[in-house]
Amino acid sequence: MFDYQFLLEVLIGGLLSGVMYSLVAIGFVLIYKTSGVLNFAQGAMLLFAALTFVSLVERGTSFVVALAATLAVMIALGIAVERAVLRPLVNQPPITLFMATLGLSYIIEGAAQLLWGTQVHGLDIGVSDIPFDVGGVFISRFDLFAAAVAGSLVALFTLFFRYTRTGLSFRAVADDQFAALAVGLRLPRVWAAVWTAAGIVALVAGLLWGARLGVQFSLSLVVLKALPVLVLGGFDSIAGAIVGGLLIGATEKLAEVYVGPLFGGGIEAWAAYVVALALLLVRPSGLFGQKLVERV
Amino acid sequence: MTTIISSKRSFFFPEIVATCLIAVVAIGAVPLVGSDYLMDAVLTPFLALALAAVGLNLLTGYAGQVSLGSAAFLAVGAYAAYNFSLRLPALPLLLDLVLAGTIAAAVGIMFGLPSLRLRGFYLAVSTLAAQFFVQWALTKFGWFSNDNPSGVIDAPVLRIGSVTFTSAAGRYLFSLGVVTVATLLTLRLLRSQTGRNFIAVRDHEVAAKVIGVPVLRTKLLAFGLSSFLIGVAGVLWAFAYLRTVEPAGFNLDRSFQILFIIIIGGLASLRGAFVGAAFIVVFPLLLSRVGAALLGSLFDSGVLEMSQRIVIGTLIITFLIAEPRGLIALWDRGWARLRAASGKAIET
Repeated sequence: MFDYQFLLEVLIGGLLSGVMYSLVAIGFVLIYKTSGVLNFAQGAMLLFAALTFVSLVERGTSFVVALAATLAVMIALGIAVERAVLRPLVNQPPITLFMATLGLSYIIEGAAQLLWGTQVHGLDIGVSDIPFDVGGVFISRFDLFAAAVAGSLVALFTLFFRYTRTGLSFRAVADDQFAALAVGLRLPRVWAAVWTAAGIVALVAGLLWGARLGVQFSLSLVVLKALPVLVLGGFDSIAGAIVGGLLIGATEKLAEVYVGPLFGGGIEAWAAYVVALALLLVRPSGLFGQKLVERV
Repeated sequence: MTTIISSKRSFFFPEIVATCLIAVVAIGAVPLVGSDYLMDAVLTPFLALALAAVGLNLLTGYAGQVSLGSAAFLAVGAYAAYNFSLRLPALPLLLDLVLAGTIAAAVGIMFGLPSLRLRGFYLAVSTLAAQFFVQWALTKFGWFSNDNPSGVIDAPVLRIGSVTFTSAAGRYLFSLGVVTVATLLTLRLLRSQTGRNFIAVRDHEVAAKVIGVPVLRTKLLAFGLSSFLIGVAGVLWAFAYLRTVEPAGFNLDRSFQILFIIIIGGLASLRGAFVGAAFIVVFPLLLSRVGAALLGSLFDSGVLEMSQRIVIGTLIITFLIAEPRGLIALWDRGWARLRAASGKAIET
C-alpha cells in the first residue's frame, strides 16, 4: 500500500526547502542579469552577513540595531567590490570575472572568520519551528515563514524593477550594456547598487539559513545547493530561480526518500545536479534562460 | 593569447643550457643535497600538483572548457591505481599508472559529455556534478577502498622491476620521472593538429566548426586527455606524496587549488602550471614562517588558515587585474628585458 499522505508530506517539505534554495539563487540572478557574472562569492557574502549579525547580537546589540549595522556593512561591501574588483576588470571575459569572484569568496570567508571566529553560533530569529497539522500533513512553521519572506522579497524586487529609476536602469544594463552607456547610465553606480542588492538578499538568506543550520562556515556551502537551481531555472531569470528552487527542493527530497535507499542513502549531495544536467541536455540555457545567439 | 617566438637567439643564456641545468639540479643535486623534508613536503607535492595543473591547463587553458571538478579525477586516478595494484598484483606499477589514467579519462569523458551542449557557466556548474558524485561513490561503496569503513587507502610500495622507491628521495625521483615524461608528451601533443584544434575551439567555437575542426570530438578528447593527466597526478599524490588518502582529501577546495595554480601560473602555458604549482606549495609554508615570526603565539593554525585564504584570494584578484596571463608572463617579460640588456652590453 503506497502511503500518499507521506508522499504529500515529503513533497511539501521539499517544496518549502526549495524556497530556501531560491532565496540564495535570487542573489546570483541579480548580479548575473546586470553584469553577466556568476558570483561565486554569494555564499561567502551570506556567511559574512549572518556571522556579522549574530556576533553583534551576542555582544549585546539589540536586534534592530544589529540588523541595521549588518545592512550598512553589506552596502559598504557592495560598493567596495565594485571599486576594487569590478571596475578594474571591466570588459574582461565573463570567465575571468567568475574567477575573480572565486578569489573574492576566499577573501570574504577568511575575513569573516578572522574577525568573528570560527565557532558555531546559534541564531534565533523568533520563529518557532512547531509544525502545523493540516489535514494530517505536518508543515513546518519556519518553512512557511521562509516561504513568505521569499515571496515578499520577489514581490518587492518586481515592483522595484518595474517602478523605480534604479530598477529601470538595472533592466537597461541587463538588456544591453553598451546601449545603457550610450543613453547615459553610469555603469559603476548601477553595479554597486546591484551588488548592494545582492548583499541584502544574502543577509536575508543568511539569517534564515543561519536560523536553520546554525551560523558557521558550512553556511557558505549553501551556494553549492543553489547552483543546480540556477542551472535549472536559467542564470538570468528571477522567476526561474523560484521555479528551479521548488523543482530542485521537491525532487531532492523525493529522490532521497524513494530512490536514496536503493543506493544506500546520502544522494542529496549530487541528485540535484543530475536533475539539472538532465534538463540541460534538453534545454541548454535552463527553463527560463535567454537563448544564446551565435555569430562568427 | 599569442606567443611571440623570436627567431634571433641571444648568446646570453641559451635555453638548452637552462634545461640541462634544471635537469642536473633536479636529478643529481636535489636527492644528494636536499633534506627529506624538502623532498617529502615540498618537491613531491609540487610535482603531483604541477602535473594536475598541466592536465587542467590542457582543458581550461588550451581548450577553453572550465572545470571545477579536477579533484574528482585525482581521486579516480588514485583509487583506480590502488585497486589495480590490490586486485591484479601481477601488473607492473607503471602499467597500473597508465590504466588508472585511462579509467580517469573514461570518467572524464563521461562527465565531459554535457560540454557538447553547454558552455560557459552552465558547463562549469555541471562539472561540479563530477566532484560530488565521485566523492560520494568512493565513500559509499566499500569495494573501492577494499571495505575500509571511512574509505581510506594505503599506498602499495612503489616498485619498478626489482627497484623500490620507498625513501623520500626515491619517491621524489619516481614522481620526477613520471611528470617529465607526461609533460613532454603533452608538449608534443599541443604542437600537433590536435593542440591547434583545442585552441581553435577555445578562441571561437563556431568559427572552428566552420573551418572544419571536429568540435565535439575535440572537446571530448580534451576532457579525456586532461582527466588522464590529472588521474596520473592523483596516483602520484596518493602513492608518492601522502601514501594514505581518504575521499575527503579530494574535496572542492582541492579542485579550486588546481584552478588557482593555472590562473596564478598562467593559462595556456605548461611552464605556467609548474610555476603556479611551486607558488601554491611554497607560499603557505612561507606564510606560516613569516606569520609566526611577526606575530608569535597570536598566529595559531586557525589564524594561519584564514589569512592564507585572504592572501590567496587577494592574489587571485590582483593577478586577474594586473597580469591575466599569470606569473609566467611576468617571468618572460623580465627575462626578455634581461636579454635585451645583456645584448646591448655585448654590442658595446
